Amino acid sequence: MSYVAIADRDHEQEHHDPQTFITKYIWSQDHKVIAVQYGLTAIFVGLIALGLSAMMRLQLGFPDEFTFINPENYYQFITMHGMIMVIYLLTALFLGGFGNYLIPLMVGSRDMVFPYLNMLSYWVYLLSVIILVVSFFVPGGSTGAGWTLYPPQAIMAGTPGVDLGIILMLVSLAVFIVAFTMGGLNYITTVLQARCKGMTLMRMPLSVWGIFTATVLGLLAFPALLVSAIMMLLDKTLMTSFFMPAISSMGTDPGYTGGSPILFQHLFWFFGHPEVYIVALPAFGIVSDLLSTHARKNIFGYRMMVWAIIAIGGLSFVVWAHHMYVSGMNPYFGFFFATTTLIIAVPTAIKVYNWVLTLWEGNIHLRVPMLFAIGFIFTFIHGGLTGLFLGNVTIDLPLSDTYFVVAHFHMVMGVSPILVVFGAIYHWWPKITGKMYNETLGKWHFWMTFLGTYAIYLPMHYLGFAGVPRRYFAMGNTEFLPESAQDLNAAITISALFVACTQILFFANMIWSLWKGPKSDPNPWDATTLEWQTPDHPPKHGNWGHELPVVHRWAYDYSVPGHEEDFIPQNVSADDAPAGREHGGEHAIVATKEHK
Amino acid sequence: MTIALGFLAIILATLLGWLLKQTFNSAPWEMEVVSDTAHYGPLGDDKSKLIALLGLLAVVSSFFALILSAYALRMELGDWVPMTEPQLLWMNTVMLVIASGVLQWTRNAAIAGQQARLQPGLIITGILTLGFVLGQFVAWQQLQNSGQFITNNPSNAFFYFLTGAHAVHIVGGLIVWARATMKVVLGKGEVGQIRRSIELCTIYWHFLLLVWLVLFGLLLQT
Repeated sequence: MSYVAIADRDHEQEHHDPQTFITKYIWSQDHKVIAVQYGLTAIFVGLIALGLSAMMRLQLGFPDEFTFINPENYYQFITMHGMIMVIYLLTALFLGGFGNYLIPLMVGSRDMVFPYLNMLSYWVYLLSVIILVVSFFVPGGSTGAGWTLYPPQAIMAGTPGVDLGIILMLVSLAVFIVAFTMGGLNYITTVLQARCKGMTLMRMPLSVWGIFTATVLGLLAFPALLVSAIMMLLDKTLMTSFFMPAISSMGTDPGYTGGSPILFQHLFWFFGHPEVYIVALPAFGIVSDLLSTHARKNIFGYRMMVWAIIAIGGLSFVVWAHHMYVSGMNPYFGFFFATTTLIIAVPTAIKVYNWVLTLWEGNIHLRVPMLFAIGFIFTFIHGGLTGLFLGNVTIDLPLSDTYFVVAHFHMVMGVSPILVVFGAIYHWWPKITGKMYNETLGKWHFWMTFLGTYAIYLPMHYLGFAGVPRRYFAMGNTEFLPESAQDLNAAITISALFVACTQILFFANMIWSLWKGPKSDPNPWDATTLEWQTPDHPPKHGNWGHELPVVHRWAYDYSVPGHEEDFIPQNVSADDAPAGREHGGEHAIVATKEHK
Repeated sequence: MTIALGFLAIILATLLGWLLKQTFNSAPWEMEVVSDTAHYGPLGDDKSKLIALLGLLAVVSSFFALILSAYALRMELGDWVPMTEPQLLWMNTVMLVIASGVLQWTRNAAIAGQQARLQPGLIITGILTLGFVLGQFVAWQQLQNSGQFITNNPSNAFFYFLTGAHAVHIVGGLIVWARATMKVVLGKGEVGQIRRSIELCTIYWHFLLLVWLVLFGLLLQT
């Protein structure tokens, strides 16, 4: 293996090694510590959101059995569950957590280019989380406007949390966007400026490509949420009429004039749809790396995978109005947005085919991360296909307000990315902690989660077809719904509680691993990417000791013909490789024969 | 949303063109040394700062493009009554134009190594820019005094929102300007570092001037 010496080490190491506990773990500027801080905070709020969904399911499965759940707090549970899961858990975990940990290690950098800004990004994110959590405890409670916060109802009397709850929600979102912008500019600049020698863009692992493209999307799309949040704040506090129409509220005139709630929807979904891909693209990238590593095969169609990520990113900006078919629009617009929505399926399908083709004839090791990655392919295809249905105006209109939509977006945007999150944690856990976990427990965790989520969401599709409306606190005496719909709802609730409880396996496993787990090998999966080639395990501050690595090959040299081992790390040169390869597989075989 | 889409198209086309140049025809699985586009200087070097600033400008542009999209959509509704802008805005605009020009002159001096010009250049820039922010505030006062409140009409609301958002960005720039100016006045800081701070400030000032000219033009037209 070869490294390049740093000519100007003193200048390079401006960020001296942290000395005290506080600078090492609290006010840390080390990207790895910040990643863990982001991860722990995101998982903490994610658990709150999981608890909220359990409450909702209790009401839906066993209506009126639990007196502490009333219509008001049911809507608060829905709203906060959705908002936390999408923004404060998934966005923060994929970009702030995995982005922070993986980018510098995978591109061969010592840290993010602006470590101080990186630290600031986490603390501002934490502030946004605190504001969000505080909103649970203010008079009136958190907002119950639904995660889309549609006006006029979001800020009109009658909606839960209409006083302080909605204000804190909007402020928290604005603060989150500031935190994300600080982090996002750092991730992009690090990818562009801090790659080590030899790490060309097309040699980067797909995880980095996914996170990079998602960050670009986030930086361009989050301003739409910021604009709408500020304008709604002004409507709420100063009585402007950006979004608020002339409206009468409980017999009184609140004083609004002629604003447009549809304008809010445009702005919200201009952010909201790219947001789907801000979460999905890092998942796509990470899953590609997991599949390739554990199938011991190079990723199929690397260039196509990169360009599919970019194409999906670009297209994600021109499909937003498919969330607004039920709001009413010019039929030509509907046609346009249905067409773009279907077009986005093309690069997405390319990715799915390539994942399957990567597995084809691979030397598949069904380890825990691999199980989660393969599980993701199933749930993602499932959720993606129902997306094709809903992308069409005529099918969306009758299904939009039913459980079919709940099933669709939970499969594609809930279960799928969460499976990748688990896969990624199981995959990189040995690198982050230096410890191994219990493989059997991990497999139990996978199967119970995977099958359990199917037990939750598969029946919801049927409920949707039967016309069970979403968002309702109780169905009441609805004649067109068969009684069996309620039985199914009860079964779904039991499955949901089961899945929620099985997550204890995950936490128990990880805590056990930290406490008593065996030490892991520096590269337990025989992976090629740079993060597994660090001189220290787990990597220390500065990542690479005295010398930065030099990259000689792409990230997917698995099972190269003519080599004894089935992987060649990125920092191994042609001369150092056990049976040197010059120009790819065929030549390598020839070379080996000649050698013999 | 045409304005936001148009803006996005420009940004994405730029990125796409750059990416194509980087990746076209490369076969990453080949072992040959491909042209090495990677950079491995110290963390947070000059180019990194420039790239981060350009990224920030893209984010801020996206922010304003979206407000303008909302403006265009909201304007089409029946209750829109165009607002008469205070004449003071013309003077404020002139101040910002001169501030930008003086900062450019200071930047040129910094590059040419004429250290003596930095202090007056930076201070004049700061005074003029502060003058602009105060001028905008006075314009608000004038409107309020003449009964033009934020709630009167959506055109008023947009006026306050746009000018306020722009002023906040200017104040953000002034914080960075203050750091650079303190270094020059106190004689601390390395010459090259100060020059680079001034260069980045200049880009930001020109950008915010451009944003203001677009906003002002739009406010006058509608």
